[in-house]
Amino acid sequence: MAATAPERSKRSPFIVELYRSALGKKYVMAITGIVGLGYVLAHMIGNLKLYQSAEDFNLYAETLRELLYPIAPEGLVLNLLRGVLILALVGHVVAAAQLTAMNRRARPESYRSKRDYVAADFAARTMRWTGVIVLLFLFYHLADLTWAVTPLHEAGDTVYDRVLNSFNNPASAGFYILANLALGFHLYHGVWSLFQSMGWNNRRFNHWRRTLAVAFTVVVIGGNLSFVIAVLTGVIS
Amino acid sequence: MRLTLEVWRQADAATPGRFERYEVDGVTAEVSMLELLDILNAQLVAEGREPVAFDHDCREGICGTCGIMVNGQPHGPEDHTPACLQRVRAFSDGDVVTLEPWRAGAFPVLRDLVVDRSALDRIIASGGYISTATNAAPEALSLPVNKHQSEAAMDHAACIGCGACVAACPNGAAQLFAGAKVAHLAELPQGQVERYERVRSMVATMESEFGSCTNYGECVPACPAAIGLDVIAHLNRDFRTAVVSERRGEVPERTDVRWLARLRGEAWWQSDPDDRPGDTPKRS
Repeated sequence: MAATAPERSKRSPFIVELYRSALGKKYVMAITGIVGLGYVLAHMIGNLKLYQSAEDFNLYAETLRELLYPIAPEGLVLNLLRGVLILALVGHVVAAAQLTAMNRRARPESYRSKRDYVAADFAARTMRWTGVIVLLFLFYHLADLTWAVTPLHEAGDTVYDRVLNSFNNPASAGFYILANLALGFHLYHGVWSLFQSMGWNNRRFNHWRRTLAVAFTVVVIGGNLSFVIAVLTGVIS
Repeated sequence: MRLTLEVWRQADAATPGRFERYEVDGVTAEVSMLELLDILNAQLVAEGREPVAFDHDCREGICGTCGIMVNGQPHGPEDHTPACLQRVRAFSDGDVVTLEPWRAGAFPVLRDLVVDRSALDRIIASGGYISTATNAAPEALSLPVNKHQSEAAMDHAACIGCGACVAACPNGAAQLFAGAKVAHLAELPQGQVERYERVRSMVATMESEFGSCTNYGECVPACPAAIGLDVIAHLNRDFRTAVVSERRGEVPERTDVRWLARLRGEAWWQSDPDDRPGDTPKRS
């Protein structure tokens, strides 16, 4: 007897099937990227309190630790947020590594003549490198200002003092500037790119995608760099 | 015009290749990239040497057979133009021109400048078609197609399958090729029946042989048919719909961004004749 309907092949849960495909990994890149975008924007805005006063900035840093306390236990909200960020970071890095490996396999031999790139801009071609720089910087940044284990700090320094210690040191300030420039290129390509990866494509807003990428990058990186420059020039002391 | 050609020579798939240097004299500006190779080959044959193997057929830009990397540019220096329609007038007397085969893991070199592009055929064979009885042509008006969608479908169907997108992509990805076919069939009522099974199957085949898109956009200027990057977003969206919503084939829901439409003060279900793709009314 002829079958009237094809045998339904056994499928894995959709999330597994999605992640198994490179397209799905790009969704992971985009979604974890959006989490990261929200974080860097909030981080920059929060740090604007550096311009208010040392007390305000230190209070802001303390308040982050007891976010929503006493509604939630102390530190709970902060640690939940940290968990989300760490998960997003791990997902972003792992998916990127897997996709890079796949792409290397797909292009084992390169051209001898120098490729004359027409569309692929500097930011797009350096995503892997800017990503690695930002990742290394992230660990330095945590060691420097969160854990305060770098030799720049003394016991009893407030968060505000640590920021000044770190930005007044030329090597440290230089790394902050370099990492922010790398992050800028990463954001510029990432913000535009996520629309493609998420399949958000509509003629009504397509022409805004580049503008949004530029605006977001300028706001976040401009803000971040301004802190370092303000300390170096003595505007914040 | 006198040109120096650096050409990739490789006897067969198993033998390692190398570049060889040839001098070609008396080339005029209107000579095409392929005719440049013809002139070189006539010279080589006259000298009793093996001519350079390269793919070519119609030489009028419609078949997609030709394809060489010219000085690091797929098909040659001009955008959206196959090698057969590119002229050497972009070069000047005494220039060195490097001719290489397409490079991608999925495109093994068969000989000299000829690569095996059947990996693209395997993508099409895994879903780039509609299953229908092919007897007498049906009455055309029995299946009306929106003008804008038919135009969009035609634009996406313009792909000639030359493989320049893969050659141009630093990741060796075939997303533009697969996306063009998925978007082409998703625009048309005939393509709806297998719409989501198609994208699933084509993506699986594509990913087994090619790389993945990182949105370089290098494929677009290389494409003789000027297929746009929007087909890749379309591919991603249809794939997500197929996997997450477990859809197989049906009349698609409108996939517009609803909150944006609300911001614009319109009802999202209102049909915008300029909108595309996939703005078929919601199934009742």
